[in-house]
Amino acid sequence: MSTTTFEAIDKSSFPDVMSPGRLLRAYFTEARFESLRMFRVLGFSIPFLVLPVALYLLFGVVLFGDAVRNDPATGKFLFAAFSVFGVMGPGMFGFGATIATEREQGLLALKRALPAPTGSYLLAKLLMTMVFAVIVMATMIPAALFLGHLPLTFAECAKVTAISVLGSLPFCAIGLFIGTRASGKAAIAFVNLIYVPMMHVSGLFYPLPKFLRTISPIWPTYHLQQLVFSALAMPSYGRVVTHVAVLIGVTLILTLLSIRRLARVG
Amino acid sequence: MNNEFWAELSGVKKRFGKTVALDGLDLQVRRGELFSVLGPNGAGKSTAISLLLGLLQPDAGTARLFGRSPSLVEPRRHVGVMMQEVTLAPELRVHEHIALVASFYPSPLSPTEAMELANITALASRPYGKLSAGQKRQVQFAMAICGRPKLLFLDEPSVGLDVRARENMWGALRRVVANGASIVLTTHYLEEAESLSNRVAVLNKGRLIASGTVNEIRALVVRKHITCSTVLAADQIAAWPDVESVTREQQRLQISTSNSEAVVRRLLAADSNLQELEVRRAGLAEAFTELTQEAA
Repeated sequence: MSTTTFEAIDKSSFPDVMSPGRLLRAYFTEARFESLRMFRVLGFSIPFLVLPVALYLLFGVVLFGDAVRNDPATGKFLFAAFSVFGVMGPGMFGFGATIATEREQGLLALKRALPAPTGSYLLAKLLMTMVFAVIVMATMIPAALFLGHLPLTFAECAKVTAISVLGSLPFCAIGLFIGTRASGKAAIAFVNLIYVPMMHVSGLFYPLPKFLRTISPIWPTYHLQQLVFSALAMPSYGRVVTHVAVLIGVTLILTLLSIRRLARVG
Repeated sequence: MNNEFWAELSGVKKRFGKTVALDGLDLQVRRGELFSVLGPNGAGKSTAISLLLGLLQPDAGTARLFGRSPSLVEPRRHVGVMMQEVTLAPELRVHEHIALVASFYPSPLSPTEAMELANITALASRPYGKLSAGQKRQVQFAMAICGRPKLLFLDEPSVGLDVRARENMWGALRRVVANGASIVLTTHYLEEAESLSNRVAVLNKGRLIASGTVNEIRALVVRKHITCSTVLAADQIAAWPDVESVTREQQRLQISTSNSEAVVRRLLAADSNLQELEVRRAGLAEAFTELTQEAA
């Protein structure tokens, strides 16, 4: 039995201004449901949450456990590599493919027609990516401490987590840039076209030959990995400020270009 | 800007490349009316609605929503939207979709209230992707009304609904209007527009070719239909002045004419046993077809 009547709709005196509390709640609600739905997409959540720690355990514990015990620097290298790998995917695929698909499906137009708070759609995806990055680090650190037997201090763990979570931003920006320009199907191909070389040609998993090392700084992964090395008190190339500037630059430029595109084309 | 209009397009022109989508269109939506925007494909209906929702900007002229620019979020907080070409996240449950949209409004209904009004309480915990096409439309309707909107934009709201669900939705739309809200309806079901609308606008090639109440639009078509049972031959009647066409369906003749009074008088004079005489005006569908063909 319905108890609600249509008189409930006609409250002509209701305000058109949102209280700060309601506005904050709108942002939170969008971020919560974006995260919830991406967790429910098992084809997205399982690879991006399980794969980094599973690969770290395979290489850092099962295959090269003895070498890591004799040389903690190798263990830290693998930990750094799979931490960076873990925060790349959710940003690139969570933004790139989903935005391209949702643009095609009319969801973006609906959000623009509805009184959704400014930027809530993109912010929700950003927070979803950060939630995924936090979970990746929350699995990587115990695995490194208790199964990889790495001598990590609390401060090192905290620094690597903060760097990795914030370090997901440039990958979100790359995904956003692709997602605002490509069709749903093409976006996945384009993301892979950047994701795969970025993993292998930036020196993420293994030292590169000299001729490749000269071009590795073009990839954000290189700069993020150098920052993680610094946080773990490992030898690293370049200056911290340069790496931070490159990552912020990539994030800002690609995000601004994407927002301009969204505002003009939708 | 006249504040009696809740949504208004004034002299709006819009082009997409070389295609003229709207060519000086004027439209007004008043408080408490169900206003149907009709037109063949490519007439400019979607462009007009997109301008009123702030999704597009006019090349010339103005679009206003509650007297303000539709690109501002404040006037859109009085608006509910149901789009035809939209796919929502299949992983979210029905009550989650409604809670998300409700969070955008200052004083929304609770998801439970919105689901009660849309008759979908039983679907609350179902994933959206598992619903039938008709159920999805009902969920989108609940999302459209959950912000207590003064003005609802509904694009083909009853597509995919079975007869009972469509009647429920029509009842809901009538109650929304009876309570002082307005609805802008775009539909290909002319029966729906005829049954629900207070006012109708007919667009063709980006121009307004007719507007008024349903009766006023129907009256634009002078042709009327006479049906009767008669011994007279169809060929004989077809030769009379003002008769446009005559068809026989079993024992009954159906005559289309622009001068029904003269034809009825002649029919009665020619056949004293004439029975089951009926004269009716063109329906909205026929008026629509004629108007849009004339303008083509």
